[in-house]
Amino acid sequence: MAGGAAELRRPPPPPTVITFIVRRLLGAVVLMFVITAVTFAIFFLVPRAAGVTPDDLAARYAGKSPTPEALAQIKERLGLDEPVAVQYGLFVKALVLGDTYDTGTAEIECPAPCLGYSFRTSTPVLEEILSRAPVTLSVALGAAVLWVIFGVGIGVLSALRRGSLFDRMAMVTALAGVSLPIFFTGLLSLAFVVHAWGWLPSPSYVPLTKDPAGWFSGLILPWITLAFLYAAMYARLTRAGMLETMNEDFIRTARAKGLPERTVVVKHGLRAALTPLLTVFGLDLGVLLGGAVLTEKTFSLKGLGQLSLDGVIQSDLPVVLGVVLFAALFVVLANLIVDILYGVVDPRVRHS
Amino acid sequence: MKTPKVWAALTAGAVALSLGLTACGGGDDGDSDSSGLKFDAGTNGIVNPSDKKGGTLKVGMSDDFDSTDPGDTYYAFGNNFIRLYTRTLMTYTSQPGAAGLKPSPDLAEAPGVPSDDNKTWTFKLKKGLKYEDGTEIKAEHIKYAVARTYDRGVLGHGPAYFPQLLDADGYKGPYKDKNLDNFKGIETPDDYTLIFKLKEPFPEFNELVTFSGQTAPVPPDKDKGAQYRLRPLSSGPYKWEGNYQPKKGGVLVRNEHWDPSTDPNRKALPDRIEVIAGIEANEVDNRLMNGELHVDLAGSGVQDAARQKILTNPDLKAKADNPLAGFHWYIPINLKTIPNLECRKAIVYAADRDAMWRAYGGDVGGERATSIQPPNIAGRQKGTDFYTSTAPGYKGDVDKAKEALQKCGKPDGFSTTMVYRSDRPKEKAVAEALEQSLARVGIKLTLKGYPAGTYTGEQLGSPSFVKKENIGLGTYGWAPDWPTGYGYLQALTDGKAIVEAGNTNVSELDDPEINKLWNDVVKITDAAEREKIYNRIDEKARELAAILPNVYAKSLLYRPETLTNVYFHQGFGMYDYANLGVTG
Repeated sequence: MAGGAAELRRPPPPPTVITFIVRRLLGAVVLMFVITAVTFAIFFLVPRAAGVTPDDLAARYAGKSPTPEALAQIKERLGLDEPVAVQYGLFVKALVLGDTYDTGTAEIECPAPCLGYSFRTSTPVLEEILSRAPVTLSVALGAAVLWVIFGVGIGVLSALRRGSLFDRMAMVTALAGVSLPIFFTGLLSLAFVVHAWGWLPSPSYVPLTKDPAGWFSGLILPWITLAFLYAAMYARLTRAGMLETMNEDFIRTARAKGLPERTVVVKHGLRAALTPLLTVFGLDLGVLLGGAVLTEKTFSLKGLGQLSLDGVIQSDLPVVLGVVLFAALFVVLANLIVDILYGVVDPRVRHS
Repeated sequence: MKTPKVWAALTAGAVALSLGLTACGGGDDGDSDSSGLKFDAGTNGIVNPSDKKGGTLKVGMSDDFDSTDPGDTYYAFGNNFIRLYTRTLMTYTSQPGAAGLKPSPDLAEAPGVPSDDNKTWTFKLKKGLKYEDGTEIKAEHIKYAVARTYDRGVLGHGPAYFPQLLDADGYKGPYKDKNLDNFKGIETPDDYTLIFKLKEPFPEFNELVTFSGQTAPVPPDKDKGAQYRLRPLSSGPYKWEGNYQPKKGGVLVRNEHWDPSTDPNRKALPDRIEVIAGIEANEVDNRLMNGELHVDLAGSGVQDAARQKILTNPDLKAKADNPLAGFHWYIPINLKTIPNLECRKAIVYAADRDAMWRAYGGDVGGERATSIQPPNIAGRQKGTDFYTSTAPGYKGDVDKAKEALQKCGKPDGFSTTMVYRSDRPKEKAVAEALEQSLARVGIKLTLKGYPAGTYTGEQLGSPSFVKKENIGLGTYGWAPDWPTGYGYLQALTDGKAIVEAGNTNVSELDDPEINKLWNDVVKITDAAEREKIYNRIDEKARELAAILPNVYAKSLLYRPETLTNVYFHQGFGMYDYANLGVTG
């Protein structure tokens, strides 16, 4: 009786998948504006706090020993003299409404979402990002396939044969994989596989549609290197998850029902163990899609990671903003997909 | 994002260290390999001389051009490379050795003729020269190309000599002022004559138009402003196949409208040239050595890892050259921070030149410097050492340094800050060598490193920053725009050259005698007379202890055996790209 009032109160209707997605997307938009604002602030306010003047900024885009007139012209063209808030406003305006770009001889249309033009290369940022996205996409997805297969596979086997030689070997290798940075394993693999033994050509990107074999042979080394790092992590995570799950009551129940061990492991054990892994996977993949910086740098691949690195080094703000926005978008999208998949994989989520 | 750099710096540092230790013992034995290639053969001669056309030349670089627009590039390797697709009024003679420094007519029939006390320069064009589309190259197109360089907002990378020299103050460039007749700096009385009108006498105008791509013709109706760089119209032996993609690369193919009989300076041997930008720096070297690349476009030499490999392997060493690259790495001593001459002399006396030279890698790294001008400058004299010595093993003179400190009124020494580029291990090593050697006489240096990207613009290159941070010493290097005393020294020693951002006169030397010499020298037409004055300025700057010479840089360039017709070009300070060929 004491809980009567509470029992009578009708629970709110469960959010549909559509409202869930819409809500998340709106959140994503807000998040992205925050991210661009922060990037803007870092780009302009931090150097200014360190004593960098707009003249200094302009000098970064000029040749050797620029004259004051030259600096004035560059400042005017790049709007470096405007207050930071105004510059940010212009950026957002271009993003929403589009913009035009004056090459000197012509006005070029940049339709919304206009990410502006690179100070450095005189090319539209969006175009540059889209032309590089397939490279990063290929690297990230190829590696993801490898690390999921090997990482999860090894993790499961290790858990099932806990304490065996295989388990111990696998976990030591995994520890090495987690500890060794890409620019180490990457350089090592380049030195041997490409330069010393000549088994593969130097990694490069050829579009899959143009030359599938070239695409594969050009990227297999980056995939393996990148996957080694992640597979190691996933193997350890999977193993831990499996060990925990296999001790749960419902596994005992499943076994007691007389289900074959295969079904117990795959349908009941692995499924539950994979749920937390899925979250991690969403984040990892999202981050990589925004640019596998170390991998791209090590293997000289011209993807989004290289672009952002160059942008930062060369103070090319529109490029940095563009890539940051894209990376954020990927992370948000990947997480959204993961959340939706959650319901599929984990019955507990679906029912609550 | 930081880690790869740290890693690279660590390995580079370790390698530099081991090099420093071994550099002295390295002999020149066993430097040729079985195929008859010889170490350093390309420094003063042609390796694999060839006239054989065909093949694909593959070139790469770790970074990218500042711009592929001939009017908008300042890098020496850019000016070298654009010769493949552009011709300019004058260009460097394509020959090894000092002959390569001489301006040679390119689009012009002959070198420019001065009149009116070097204030007017007249050039005549060769007739019938064509662009890749078959249209004729006209004088007005060169005038337009020069006019473009006035708009520093649209084309900001290139040299700014024309706006500084030509008598067209107030002209805003063809993008803001569409009527080219308003540009009074150049007259074109007919299609084949250009008359440059200068504000002040300028005796080295031929050298000036030789070094940059800014007199490469641009037809106004083909100009695309900031985006012209993506596909500049060719007047040279090759043209772009599609757009050049910044930070990625592009392909050059033959331009059928180029007439070799009008062009003695370009052999144009390969049928095709593929450019790849943005290859990781050590990877560039690896690809050079495994044959995937023919040339590292940057032309500044291999990285430390490859350097060690090459110097210890006779087969590889036979395919390397070790020329003086044009740079002098020196130590500017700031006259505003340390105004007392005797205090500055104390620094020079105490400096351990042997350690400073070793920091640059010893024999392979460079030669000990006497004059400020490096050896490849026309008419440069070695001169005498002031307050220091280039004798091997010279460790500084502590007694003389202490004496100078007495005269300066600081017998116990003083403190100042020394800056260097933190991503350049050699500069760091030099700074540490100075820190140790100056400590012997009580001069205490506080070392501060800054990234190379902002160092010359915002730290050492900013007088207000120098003042604020009490910077007395720095590391600095200079290669001239053109190889004369003017090209080398003016930016470093003329009081007029001191500017607030991107300052090059980093000693802030503002000496009345030197300033007067700079004012007067431009009226002298005889080159030999001018050279005497340049040598005097060089001497005076050292007498004032404004510059402590250190090392004339030598680079270590690698040429795969598949590369033909290779030689070091003194004008560009690297191999001559317009004349390379490939086997097979």
